[in-house]
Amino acid sequence: MRLALRELRRSRRRFVPTTVALALLVVLLLMLGGLLDGLYIGSTGALRSQDDELVAFDRAARESTLRSRVEPATRAEIEAVPGVRSTSGFGIALVGADVPRTDELADAAVMGYEGRVGGVPAPPAPGRAWADRSLEARGVRIGDVVRVGPTRIPLRVIGWVDDTNYLQQGGLWVEPGTWRTVLAESRPGAAVGDDVFQNVWIDVASGADPLRVAAAIDAATGTTRTITRAEAVLALPGIREQNATFTQIIGVTFLVAGLVVALFFALLTLERTPMLGVLKALGASSRQLVGALMTQTVAVTVVAFVVGGVVALGLDRLIPPEVPLVVTPGRALFVAVGIFVAAVIGGAVSLRRIIRIDPASAIGTGT
Amino acid sequence: MPALVLQNVRKTYPSGDSEIVALDRANLEVPDDQILALVGPSGSGKTTLLSIAGGLLSATEGHVVVGGHDITEYSAKQLTEFRRAEVGFVFQTVNLVPFLTARENVMVATELAGRGNEKATRARADQLLEELGLAHRAENLPAQLSGGERQRVAIGRALMNEPKLILVDEPTSALDTSLGNQVMALIVGEVKQRSTAAIIVTHDTRMTHYADRTVEITDGILAA
Ligand SMILES: Nc1ncnc2c1ncn2[C@@H]1O[C@H](COP(=O)(O)OP(=O)(O)OP(=O)(O)O)[C@@H](O)[C@H]1O
Ligand SMILES: [Mg+2]
Repeated sequence: MRLALRELRRSRRRFVPTTVALALLVVLLLMLGGLLDGLYIGSTGALRSQDDELVAFDRAARESTLRSRVEPATRAEIEAVPGVRSTSGFGIALVGADVPRTDELADAAVMGYEGRVGGVPAPPAPGRAWADRSLEARGVRIGDVVRVGPTRIPLRVIGWVDDTNYLQQGGLWVEPGTWRTVLAESRPGAAVGDDVFQNVWIDVASGADPLRVAAAIDAATGTTRTITRAEAVLALPGIREQNATFTQIIGVTFLVAGLVVALFFALLTLERTPMLGVLKALGASSRQLVGALMTQTVAVTVVAFVVGGVVALGLDRLIPPEVPLVVTPGRALFVAVGIFVAAVIGGAVSLRRIIRIDPASAIGTGT
Repeated sequence: MPALVLQNVRKTYPSGDSEIVALDRANLEVPDDQILALVGPSGSGKTTLLSIAGGLLSATEGHVVVGGHDITEYSAKQLTEFRRAEVGFVFQTVNLVPFLTARENVMVATELAGRGNEKATRARADQLLEELGLAHRAENLPAQLSGGERQRVAIGRALMNEPKLILVDEPTSALDTSLGNQVMALIVGEVKQRSTAAIIVTHDTRMTHYADRTVEITDGILAA
């Protein structure tokens, strides 16, 4: 152990390239993970923050909120299904928002709701909105009147809410009437009548099985498709593909990290085989020598993670707020554990070689 | 109690269908304060004998008793412990640990044992370096030492754990004659001072006058 750490200190230079390579991979992993998390968070907040377990779509809408319409009559049918305690109407209009003091339009999602959204207070008065805090980075201030849609419908921001965005568009939470106005102005073809919503969220009575209730609802209405909140999140455009793509890239990056460590320590072991033979002859056990290698592997990984983490945090500051990058402690932990496991497996590749070094090689018999 | 007893020790290596006999029915007893010179031509089995005596190789047949311990049936693990505690090696190629200072190289076996107090170990290492004329080199890395100085550090390393048996394989082959004589005199002096046993392998008969006794080996057979 002491021997291993001494070598690290005295021969620092030979460990630098590998540590730097690993640190860069850590930066890459944190950035990729942060981007994935950022994209996910920014796309799904409006759905994830719903209190209710189930959501009903018009069957023809194929699980797209923007395409879906649920008529008041259908909603009444849903409410009559056993196991349904209450329903809340919900709708979205994607618009550009004209923010005071700025020239650019901010992307916004105007959300009409009736309540039961976690972290969002009860619907405000007509013409007022709770704004997602991410809009602050686009210049929005509390008390501002932002103007949305082609006809610049004014909405007064009365407070912040968190993590409520939809497909990277900043959430503006309004009462249903205001939403219908915005929808009719911004997409006249998609206008809906009074009391019509795009989705109906369903509060399932306690004790009832949500999946059975969902099936009962669809059977009763004949026109709806009812799914869970988690399914609705995954049904958002691109979410599955995003997850799969990023997960693959992240997996390959871990693999590369393992290979870097494996290659470095395999070469190092090869190079110092004579010295390891001498140490064995002098009474070092294989376990001590393997322990030394693992100590060095772990030390290199820890340093690389710290350096990579600091660099990633620095980059996070530099990257403009439009880039949906969110480095969470959970993600950092995931990368730390992943890189640690990859490095230990990589280091373990040299294990067999170390164990098989013959102490007699020190004295030069047979070689 | 003799430092080393070899009884009918045979060492063979398989070679195709036949076998190479590196050591053939060797019988040898080294008293606990004797310096024995082992001489013989290249390939005669000198290193093999030394390796078996030091627990680096296992004999094919026969018994090996070092300081009263019969190591013949020792496991690899027991041999590791045995080498650390009971024998001191000086190898032909010096092989110091390159990133450790002279003092740390001397201390390496003690550190591997992981016991003892750091201060006493260090004091002992410094004393050895002093005796070997290397007091001023204690902080130097092997790369900063001359060949003779490195060999002297290796001698210090072998003596550090106060072994009962010191095994030296051609310590002077990499050095010129006068330096070789110096190193040999040093080894002999240190060993004598401690009255421990030693086997020194050499093919240079001019070196044998340093020893109490000389044994010749030819084709794996010890001459009486
Ligand atoms: N691992 C091995 N496999 C096969 N044969 C071996 C092995 N080690 C040694 N030998 C053979 O055993 C015999 C004795 O070798 P050893 O190394 O003991 O000789 P030596 O007297 O030390 O020679 P030198 O003076 O050249 O160092 C030689 O014929 C050698 O080729
Ligand atoms: Mg030899």
